[in-house]
Amino acid sequence: MLLSEATNPGGAFNLVPWIVFFPVIGLLVNLVAGKRMGEKFIGTVASLASGLAFAVSVALFFALQANHGHKEIFHLLDWINIGALNIGWDFRIDTLSVTMMLVVSGIGTLIHIYAAGYMHYDVRYKEDPASYVRFFIYLNLFIAMMMILVSGDNYLMLFVGWEGVGLCSFLLIGFWFNRSPDGTFGTGNSYAAKKAFIANRVGDFGFLMAIFTTFWVTHSLQFDEVFHHLDSGEVPAWAIWAIAMFMLLGVTGKSAQIPLYVWLPDAMAGPTPVSALIHAATMVTAGVYLITRSAPIFSAGEGVHNVVAWVGAGTALFAATIAVGQYDIKKVLAYSTVSQLGFMVAAVGMGAYAAGMFHLVTHAFFKALLFLGSGSVILAVERGHHPIGEDAHGDHHDEHHGHDDHGHAFDPQDMRNMGGLRKRIPWTFWTYIMGTLALAGVPIWAGFFSKDEILADALHFNIGIYIVLSIAAFFTAFYMGRQVWLVFFGEPRSHGAEAAKESPRTVLIPLVILAILSTLGGFMNFPEVHQFGHWLEYTLGHFYHPTEFNANVALGSTAFGLAALFISWLVYGQNPRQTAKEKDPLEKAFPGIFAGMNAKWWIDEIYEDLIIRPYQKLAAWLADVLDWRFWHDWFHERVIRDGFFGLTRFLAHPVDLGVIDGIANGLARVTQGGATALSIFQTGFVRNYALWVFVGVVSILGYLIFR
Amino acid sequence: MVPVEYYVGLSAILFTIGTLGVLTRRNAIIIFMSIELMLNSANLLFVAFARTFEALSGQIFVFFVMTVAAAEVAVGLALIVAVFRTKDTINIDEVSSLRG
Amino acid sequence: MAPELIVFLVLGAVAVGSALGMLMSRNAVYSAMFLIMNFATVAVFYLVLGAPFIAMVQVTVYAGAIMVLFLFVIMLLGAEHLERRTGLDWQKPIAVVLGLVLLVEAGYVLASGQASLPAIAIPEAGYGAPAQIGELLFSQYLLPFEVTSVLLLAAMIGAIVITRRDAPKRKKN
Repeated sequence: MLLSEATNPGGAFNLVPWIVFFPVIGLLVNLVAGKRMGEKFIGTVASLASGLAFAVSVALFFALQANHGHKEIFHLLDWINIGALNIGWDFRIDTLSVTMMLVVSGIGTLIHIYAAGYMHYDVRYKEDPASYVRFFIYLNLFIAMMMILVSGDNYLMLFVGWEGVGLCSFLLIGFWFNRSPDGTFGTGNSYAAKKAFIANRVGDFGFLMAIFTTFWVTHSLQFDEVFHHLDSGEVPAWAIWAIAMFMLLGVTGKSAQIPLYVWLPDAMAGPTPVSALIHAATMVTAGVYLITRSAPIFSAGEGVHNVVAWVGAGTALFAATIAVGQYDIKKVLAYSTVSQLGFMVAAVGMGAYAAGMFHLVTHAFFKALLFLGSGSVILAVERGHHPIGEDAHGDHHDEHHGHDDHGHAFDPQDMRNMGGLRKRIPWTFWTYIMGTLALAGVPIWAGFFSKDEILADALHFNIGIYIVLSIAAFFTAFYMGRQVWLVFFGEPRSHGAEAAKESPRTVLIPLVILAILSTLGGFMNFPEVHQFGHWLEYTLGHFYHPTEFNANVALGSTAFGLAALFISWLVYGQNPRQTAKEKDPLEKAFPGIFAGMNAKWWIDEIYEDLIIRPYQKLAAWLADVLDWRFWHDWFHERVIRDGFFGLTRFLAHPVDLGVIDGIANGLARVTQGGATALSIFQTGFVRNYALWVFVGVVSILGYLIFR
Repeated sequence: MVPVEYYVGLSAILFTIGTLGVLTRRNAIIIFMSIELMLNSANLLFVAFARTFEALSGQIFVFFVMTVAAAEVAVGLALIVAVFRTKDTINIDEVSSLRG
Repeated sequence: MAPELIVFLVLGAVAVGSALGMLMSRNAVYSAMFLIMNFATVAVFYLVLGAPFIAMVQVTVYAGAIMVLFLFVIMLLGAEHLERRTGLDWQKPIAVVLGLVLLVEAGYVLASGQASLPAIAIPEAGYGAPAQIGELLFSQYLLPFEVTSVLLLAAMIGAIVITRRDAPKRKKN
C-alpha cells in the first residue's frame, strides 16, 4: 500500500488503493487550502491528483502485463463481517478494471487541465469566482468515486461508487444552482440536477434489487463467487432473469437508456467539462461496464441478450433522431451520447463485450473531445459577445442588441447564433473536425473501427438490430455534419460569433491530445489482430469471441456515413443560413417530423402526463380520501376518539381520582421532601463537593478492607 | 534495603496531606499545589513498585504522569488567571456560582 | 539500625515535614518553596529506588519548570495572602478526621499483611538508566508517547486561548 512497496516484485499491485487516495488527497488539500491559494494552485493540485491516479493506473497496466493478464485482488480493509457474510474493501485488478481506470483517470486528467482554463472564465461569467475551488473538489471526488466503482471486487463496493458518482453528477449538474440553463437567475439548473438524481434513483432501485436478489440466491456479492454459483447450476433460471432485468433497469438509469434517458440531456446544465467527463466519457458508461463485468449473469439468462440489445438499439436510433432537431450545441452532443451509449449497450447485450468496451473507450476519446470542443466554442462566442475585463458587470443591455432569437439573454450555446467560426478559432475547429469524423465513423478514425465491430456483430446476431443500428449511424453522421456546417461555416450570425476569441492554451492542449487519440485510437483493436480484445479476454474468458471483420459491413457503413455527411452539406453547407432567426431547412421540408425531433418527441411531456401528473393526482387522492377522510375523519374521530372518550370517562372518576391521584400525590410529596433534604448538599462550594468525594473514597476503601 | 511497605506508608501520608490541602485551603493556587503533591505521592508508589517487581513500565508511567501534570498545570494556571481576571480573586469559596 | 533505614527515616521526615509546611503556610510563596523541597526529597527517593532518569526529570520538570510557573502566577496575581473567612470552616475538622481514617485504613492494610509484598531485590546494572527507559519509550510505548505530544500541544493552545484578553479583531475583507 505504501509507495515504497512498489519497488518490490509484483509490488505495483499494492499501489492500487492510491487510485482512490490521490483524488481524495487532492480534494482535501483544496478543501482546506484552496480558497487561500488562488486558481493556479487549485487547478494544479486537482490535475495532479488525477494525474497521479493515472500514473498508478499505468503502473498497474504494466504490472498486469508482466503478470500475463492474471487478475490480482488487493485486500485493503475488512468492511462487513457478519457470520458467513464477509465483504471486504477489496480492489480487483484485472484487464477490464484497469482499462476503465486508464480511461477514467486519463481522460479525467485531460479534462481537469481543460477545466482549469475553462472555469476561469465560467466563474467570472457567472459572477461567482469563489466557486472555482468547489468545482475542483467535486471533480476530484468524482474521480475517486469512479475509481471505486471500476475497481471494486464485489457488487457492494461497485454500488458505493455507483451512488458516489451519482451524487457527484447531481452536485455538478446543479453547480450553478441559482441559475437556469440559459444563464439567467432561476431554478432551472437545480431542477435538472433533481431530475437526474430522481431518474437515477429509479435505476438505482433496480440495481439494489439486483444486488439483493444476487445475495439471496448466491449468498455472496463477490464477483467470482457469484459467477461460480451461476456455473454450478444451483441458481434457478427465474432468479438469473430477475437479476439481469433489475440490473438492466439500473443500467438504463445510469447509462441513459430508454426509458430513463431523459435526465441526460438536461444534465447539460452543468459546466461543459462536467458534461464531457461525467455525462459523456466516464460515468454514463458505468452501465456498460456493469454489464460487461456481469457477463456470466447476462449470458446465463434465456433471452436476456435480446432484451438488452433491443433496448440499446432502440435508444441508439431514437436519440439519434432527436439530435437532428436540436439547436443547442451541447444538446446535440447529449443526444448523441445517449445514442452512442445505446450502441454500447446493444453491443454488450448481444454478448459482444469486447466490441462494447472498445466502443466505450473510443467514444470516451471522441465524445470528450467534442464536448470540450463545444465548450471551447461556447467560451469563444461568449468572450466575443461579452469581453471580460472591459465590462465587469452591469452593462448587460449589450445582450439585447438584436442577434438573439428570443429577445431574452444572448445564448452562446445556440448554434443559430454561430457560423463562420472556423477562421476565428482554427485550433478548436480542426480538433472538432477530428472528433466529428471519428463519431461519424469515417475510416481510419477511431469511431469507424469500434462502430464497425458492433455492426458486424449485430449482423451475426440479429438482422433487425443491424438495420436499426445502421440507420442510427446514418443519423449520427448527419447531425454531426449539420452541427459542423452550422457552427463553423457560413457567415457569423451574431456579434459574439463575429468577435469570437480562441481559447487559452490550457483549454487547447487537452483538445489536441484527445484529437490525436480520437484519430489513432481505433488501431488498438485493429480487425483480425484484436490486441484490445485479447487483452480483455483474460477477464472475460470464454465470454469473449473475436469479431470477424466483414468487408461488406465496413464498406456499407462507410458509404452510409459519407452519404450522410454529403446530404448534410446539401442541406446546411451549400446554402448556409444567413440570420439567426431563419427556419431550419429541414423544418421547411418536413415541418411535422422536425417539430417532433426538436421537441424530443414530447417524451418529457408524455412522462409528465403519464407518470408525474397521475402520480401527483394519486398522491392528492390518497391524501384526501385515504388519509383525511378515512384515516382522520372516520378512524381517528369515530373509532379512536369516541372510543377513547368512553374509556376515559370510566377511568377518570373511579380509577383516577381514587387510586392514581393518591399514589401520584404521595410520590410527589416524597420527592419534594427528598429534594429539600438533598439540597443541603448543593452549596456551590467546590471544596465542599471535593469533601463529599473524599468521604466516598474513604468509605469505599473502608468497605473493601473491612468487609 | 528498606521494605517496600515503608514507601507505601510514606506515600499514603503524603497523599493524605495533599487531600487535606485540597479540602482545607481556600487559595486556589495552594489547592493546585496540593494536587501536585498527591500526584507526586502516586509517582513515588509507582517507582517503588517498579523496583519491587522489576517492571520498568512503572517508571514509564511516572514519566507519563509528569507530562500530563505539566499539561494540567499549564491549563489550570491559565484558568486561575482567567478566573482572577473576572472575579478579581482566587479564593475558591467566592467562586460558587455552581450553587443552583 | 541499618544505614539505609536511617536515610529513609530522615528523608521521609523531611518529605512529610515539607508537605505539612506547604499545608500550613499562610503565605503562598512559602507553600511553593516547601513543595519544591518536598519534590527534591522525593527525587532522592527515586535515586535510591533505582530510577535516576525519573529523578532527573522530577528535579528539572517538576521542581524546576512547573514550580517556577506556580511562583510566577502567585507573583503575577499578588495572591500571597488571602484568607477571608467564609462559611466553610466546619469542613476543616471533618477533613482532618477523614484524613486520619484514610491513614488508619492504609496502616491497617500494611500491618495486617493483606497485601503481601515481595522484598525489594537488588536490580541488575543499568536498571532505570535513561538508555533503558528510552528504549522502552520508543518501542512498546511509542503510541502513548506520541499521544502525549498532542496532549501537550493541546494544553499549550488551551492555555493561550484561555488567558487571551480579547480576541484581536480581524480585518474585514
